Amino acid sequence: MADPNGKGNGSGEPPVLEISGLRLSYYTRAGEVPAVMDFDLTIAKGESVGLVGESGCGKSTVANGIMRYMGKNGGIVGGTIKFQGRDMAELSEEEIRRVRGKDIAMIYQEPMAALNPSLTIAAQLMEVPMIHEGVSEEEAFQRSFDMLAAVNIPDPKRLMDSYPHQVSGGQQQRVVIAMALLSKPALLLLDEPTTALDVTVEAGIVELIAELSKESGASLLYISHNLGLMLEVCDRICVMYSGEVVEEGHIDSIFSWPKHPYTHGLFGCIPLPHADKNARPLAAIKGQLPLPHQRPKGCYFGPRCESFQAGRCDADHIPMEDVHTDDDPAHRVRCLRWNEIDHDAVVSNETTREPIEVGDTVLEVDNMRKYYDVKESTLATLISREAVRQVKANESISFDAGEGETVAIVGESGCGKSTFAKVLMGLETATDGEVRLDGTDLGSIEVKKRTPEQLASLQMVFQNPNDTLNPSHSVGYQIGRVIKRFGIESDPAKIQDRVHKLLDTVKLPRAFAARKPRQLSGGQKQRVGIARAFAGNPKTVIADEPISALDVSVAAAVTELLMDIQREHRTTLLFISHDLSAVRYLSDRVVVMYLGQIMERGTTEEVFAPPYHPYTEALLSAVPIADPEVEKRRIVLEGNLPSPLDPPKGCPFSTRCQRKVGSICDDEPPPVRLDTEGHSIACHIPLEELREVEPVITIPDRDLEATT
Amino acid sequence: MATSTTDAPLVRPDSTIVNAVKAVALLRESPVGLFGALIVLFFVLLAIFAPLVSPFDPNATILPFAFPGTAAPDGGVFLFGTDHLGRDILSRIIWGGQRVLFYATVATISAYIVGIIMGLAAGYFRGYLDEIISFFANVILSFPIMVLYVLIIAKVGASGLNIIFAVVFASSPGIMRIVRGVTMDIATRDYIAASQTRGEGPWYIMLVEILPNARSPLIVDFCLRMGYTTITIGALGFLGLGLPPPDPDWGGMITETRAFVTGGFPHMAILPACAVSLLVLGFNLLADGLREVSLKD
Repeated sequence: MADPNGKGNGSGEPPVLEISGLRLSYYTRAGEVPAVMDFDLTIAKGESVGLVGESGCGKSTVANGIMRYMGKNGGIVGGTIKFQGRDMAELSEEEIRRVRGKDIAMIYQEPMAALNPSLTIAAQLMEVPMIHEGVSEEEAFQRSFDMLAAVNIPDPKRLMDSYPHQVSGGQQQRVVIAMALLSKPALLLLDEPTTALDVTVEAGIVELIAELSKESGASLLYISHNLGLMLEVCDRICVMYSGEVVEEGHIDSIFSWPKHPYTHGLFGCIPLPHADKNARPLAAIKGQLPLPHQRPKGCYFGPRCESFQAGRCDADHIPMEDVHTDDDPAHRVRCLRWNEIDHDAVVSNETTREPIEVGDTVLEVDNMRKYYDVKESTLATLISREAVRQVKANESISFDAGEGETVAIVGESGCGKSTFAKVLMGLETATDGEVRLDGTDLGSIEVKKRTPEQLASLQMVFQNPNDTLNPSHSVGYQIGRVIKRFGIESDPAKIQDRVHKLLDTVKLPRAFAARKPRQLSGGQKQRVGIARAFAGNPKTVIADEPISALDVSVAAAVTELLMDIQREHRTTLLFISHDLSAVRYLSDRVVVMYLGQIMERGTTEEVFAPPYHPYTEALLSAVPIADPEVEKRRIVLEGNLPSPLDPPKGCPFSTRCQRKVGSICDDEPPPVRLDTEGHSIACHIPLEELREVEPVITIPDRDLEATT
Repeated sequence: MATSTTDAPLVRPDSTIVNAVKAVALLRESPVGLFGALIVLFFVLLAIFAPLVSPFDPNATILPFAFPGTAAPDGGVFLFGTDHLGRDILSRIIWGGQRVLFYATVATISAYIVGIIMGLAAGYFRGYLDEIISFFANVILSFPIMVLYVLIIAKVGASGLNIIFAVVFASSPGIMRIVRGVTMDIATRDYIAASQTRGEGPWYIMLVEILPNARSPLIVDFCLRMGYTTITIGALGFLGLGLPPPDPDWGGMITETRAFVTGGFPHMAILPACAVSLLVLGFNLLADGLREVSLKD
């Protein structure tokens, strides 16, 4: 393989990056915060290494440390970072500046924040070879143009002259990747490069990254919290926990035989295709990540570990040990008991649940439409009475949900699922059609005009844990206010009593009633949000992406909690999500939406098996699955979501559909075809043909034998 | 604000006093802010204990044209000298400071009440109401502020109450703009949607759910604005539109004695001018410090 920089000569192939004993700290009001402890990592040429871990474990700090970009309040405390044989700590500011962007390139999570909004994309791309290699403007233009084509941008010429805000998020990230590759870096750092993108767009970017790493010969450090993505991109992964690597090894080896209890626990938290909410619920890891200055003695994972042994695990700091397997000599783990623990025997969650009997229909949505007029209620429009355009946010939405049932509404951003939630909650009113809760049409009643009973019967769990609670009021006040508003209790002592009971229900200590939201972690805030939603004994709860902002281990706990409370109260749960893994795991029925319309609807089994709507098929393929044994058919959608202001005339999905029949798709709205009583698909392709489609995901049978 | 007080919180959060002490404790990290706070505190203490610390009656004519350090006929020393009418300048600065601080505080708080209500309503209800409020705010803001003051005071007459009225009129649009901006941001948060979906009224949402979260930019602005108002009161006094004589006020002291600055008695005007500058400096440094501390974490 050609060395792009001609520096790696000498005996053998020296590693591109060699980190040993690295310790990184931040200095804050509370004193020194050791963010990364004793970190070792070697990346060979052309290798892609994944760094996986939950938020706060120090992944991004490692990336910034490699770039020597720790900000004012951070610094390298110990250890060495050798890049291409040179110690990064010894480089002068001028030298490090030349390394950054040329030899090491970084790709961040937010593409819009990485691009300069006031320069054209051409200017930003051309600057890279012009500064680092001093090439002419023509040469730089040509190289940029070629690179944009290489990252699969359909119309590079037009894009070169665009400003960042004029292109979609997926294309922006492609531009950032192109920019990073233009200087032919030896090492590419990717910090959650697809987290801000929709799943179908993410699938395209991930495929691109995997391809490019093979073609360009650059080494890759891929940082993510998503184990499924690692499987698609990386050769080797390091699992980080609380500032140190707890397990590393070849991707297959880690995924097949995770040795560290934390790694094993992570897999237990992910709703893999063979998980089942009744027969095999998710096993959340108890407790939470220790704060950097509160790390326990010995093993940092000790307090959360099922296999913890007092006196041994909490004695000394645990070193990394080699796991001698034939397949992977590089598999190492930071656990004293890795050899003793039989992970197949330690099934932390043996509970099974009885399936909920779905009762009478509670919620009926009948041909609901929500159109927005695009106009502003300004004095100018009042005087001029300009014509308004309509955005069809929801078009003919119909479905119903029974008591105790979980109905998932699935779709990517912009599909109208949040608008639907708003109409249901009364924050918007329906343009047409009905939304009946227990027979009363609520769709046309805005929230101000709803009776306390109507308000109480329909409550919501929000997406963003940092936004769901008012930072100025205590947890107890916020839950208590709901109880008071809905007239469940009026005596302060009784309200407090009920607040405490609700905190018990969501498994939080009662003392949390006095806490302010900033004293809570994301998962705890989300629990309070759930307690608040259930405080008024609602009949129906809408959960709008309740776990998408949470770490996997926390998300699992919150998911299980939500379902436990639902079971207890026989609440109807509308679960709005873009995450098909979670949906498959917890919902009874699924509604798939695209651009405001229902594309497919049916029970979970029906939707997740052929016949699929082509959009469902693509969504299923896009979701990364952290199980190497699951086989998946690759479908990568082209293009972007059309603007809802100017939707396609025929089928909304026609512009991106991989199974487009012909002009009929562009011109005529698709017929709704009924597969079974409850399963409908809106597509021009006849059902017989759709039935013959191969399943997207093939799950091996071994999960049967793995049952306890 | 009645709504907020009727709902006794289940668990008493830290009292305002505890929070204030905590905020001052945070100022340790900003030496500049701490210095500003000390200056302001110094003037506040002087104002509170004016009867005890002022050496003479501020309006008593004792010995005209005395230089700083001159001994008074009945004992004591004119530390800052006396003015052309023989009144002790130090005492007048102390008592003047009391009046300036009192009127600046009352005027600024009044401007805040008006500005907050307008800003909350404009930012929360949006639409025509916002357009109308913002339009009038912009008209007032586009006017040269001193001309505005002079017009108002000239029209309604010089008195303490009218100064407050003028300050409210001129300052509240600026406050309204800050509150409006913060309100529009906070109104999109999920906890606001949550309170709407439990049927809370708009004023509960504005005052209890939104306003407390707007406090940090408002506290910083409050300190700055106290400084502006101090200058305003001084300037109005200087123009002869300030607090009515003979009671001392810093601006009035400067204007009464400005003829003697070139006549060999500069201390008569310069010392009260220094008092104005020092107090305004204190407010500005305090505001800087608070901003610095609030940005750290």
